[in-house]
Amino acid sequence: MIQTSPHAEAALTCTLDERSLYLRRLVLGSVRSAGRGHVGPALSLIEMVRVLYDDVLRIDPKNPRDPNRDRAILSKGHGCLALYALLADRGFFPLSELDGFCGPDSILGGHPEYGMVPGVEASTGALGHGLSIGVGLALAARMRERSYRTFVLLGDGEINEGSVWEAAMGAAKHGLDNLVALIDYNKLQSYGPTDYVLPLEPLADKWRSFGFAVQEVNGHDVGALRTVLKQVPPVAGKPTAIICHTVKGKGLPAAESNADWHHKNKLSDSELDAIRVAVGDF
Amino acid sequence: MRNTAMNMVHKLAARDERVLYIGSDPGAGTLRNMSKEFPKRHLIEGISEAHIIGMSAGLAMEGFVPYVNTIATFLTRRCYEQVAVDLCLHNLPVRLIANGGGLVYAPLGPTHQAIEDIAIMRALPNMTVICPCDADEAARMMEQTLDWKGPIYIRLGKGGDAVVSKAEHGFEIGKAILMRPPGDVVMVTTGIMLQRALAAADLLAAQGIRAGILHMHTVKPLDTEALLQAVRATRLLVTLEEHVPSGGLGSAVAETLIDKLGSGLPAMLRLSLPDRFMHNYGSQDSLLKKHGLSANAIATSIEHALVASRTASPQLHST
Repeated sequence: MIQTSPHAEAALTCTLDERSLYLRRLVLGSVRSAGRGHVGPALSLIEMVRVLYDDVLRIDPKNPRDPNRDRAILSKGHGCLALYALLADRGFFPLSELDGFCGPDSILGGHPEYGMVPGVEASTGALGHGLSIGVGLALAARMRERSYRTFVLLGDGEINEGSVWEAAMGAAKHGLDNLVALIDYNKLQSYGPTDYVLPLEPLADKWRSFGFAVQEVNGHDVGALRTVLKQVPPVAGKPTAIICHTVKGKGLPAAESNADWHHKNKLSDSELDAIRVAVGDF
Repeated sequence: MRNTAMNMVHKLAARDERVLYIGSDPGAGTLRNMSKEFPKRHLIEGISEAHIIGMSAGLAMEGFVPYVNTIATFLTRRCYEQVAVDLCLHNLPVRLIANGGGLVYAPLGPTHQAIEDIAIMRALPNMTVICPCDADEAARMMEQTLDWKGPIYIRLGKGGDAVVSKAEHGFEIGKAILMRPPGDVVMVTTGIMLQRALAAADLLAAQGIRAGILHMHTVKPLDTEALLQAVRATRLLVTLEEHVPSGGLGSAVAETLIDKLGSGLPAMLRLSLPDRFMHNYGSQDSLLKKHGLSANAIATSIEHALVASRTASPQLHST
């Protein structure tokens, strides 16, 4: 059974500020334009990506290949609408690109591609790849004596993949305290609850037993995320896992904790009206 | 061949600080000297091939040139998605050194016999596929891998294979080596089938049949020019491979000829393993013999095919 966490309960009830609502308008605008998109997985992720790109990552949108930049990999590539919204807002590419999402000539596909999207470090979409790549990046930083840090965002369904746990063992073996795994623990994967599809609990204990320093947080609480992420690594010599308790579809009542909104095709007029009520006109 | 390739990793590492050795759980003492001389660049990462490929991709993104080494089947079947997405899609310079290509691990059974590795590796965009024939060629090949753009799959033989390559042939990735000039027949080989082809050519010569040999150490990119030159100078083209009939050297040659020659195709014979898993053990040699890939069997198949080609059968296939 999924253990009740105060962070999970807080994630359900916490309100969103204007920037979080604005980012949701960008995401849902892309879905409206394209007539498709992974809505639920993006909305659960927004505050995690927001805090990373607003407050934590040492990056320069004008120099996205700076060798000293912090690296961030969206391993749950299907959450890319949240990443695209942040990258566009931060100036990696024009906001107008968001309207072309999944279009034939767009740089923004249904999963993020390295080389196509400025600011995207690795092509993801097939699940279970990002943490291993992150281990390589983090190990390279150590070998090259560089100070950049590597952040990998994982889905909770994604960590069904055995390769994630291979990577976890590897990260711990090398004591990569310059590597941070953020788990978007919205507790709902494509088919249904994670607890039904493949139970993950005790999740924090799992990461701890794999050699990680583990923190848990309400993944929609911008202040709490900021505090946790600004203090990495909490333990020297260990990689960090931050379990972010989130709500799939957060901010859109019809979509919240609703597996039907995992991927959405054309939005109906009534759904568009409901979105305007929830996040504002867009 | 394997020891030579491993020692070359050490040699390249001494010359270039980008070079890493990454093993899963290799035999005790693998590259021990390198582990002492360059301990930070000799990485043993456990029986976790999917992770190792992803990690190698991350290291390559940061400018390293990882040489990843384990048994061929584990380096291809286990982690195919990582090879496709992390290495090929990103076009990263990771080198996959596959021990025991083909039937080298005959006694260990079908889980260890890499009989379709060439097909699945060459199907991937950006992947280069190389099958050296002996230790000397493996050494020359490894020299060329340092600065090659993109991933490389290197299919190694057993070790102790008779050395038949020559220094004067040199080695260039993607350039076939004409070991014997075209005659009545040209055999196109890769990997350790070259030794069998040379012996078969001697047997055919005793029968008055002139047999050329084109050693296609690089299956991808295929040396189209050398292939077309050989085809123009012979009556029968024969491909030899320690691989299932689907997708390997014979397929690559046939595809290329169809694309380049259209209707003017030569008579062709593809000699390969059958389209099934091996359920016999023994040795690499005994399994090759069982499936018609000994020098004697090759020579006999070619004699029959030459007779058949005179009756104008445009393409032949035998396994």
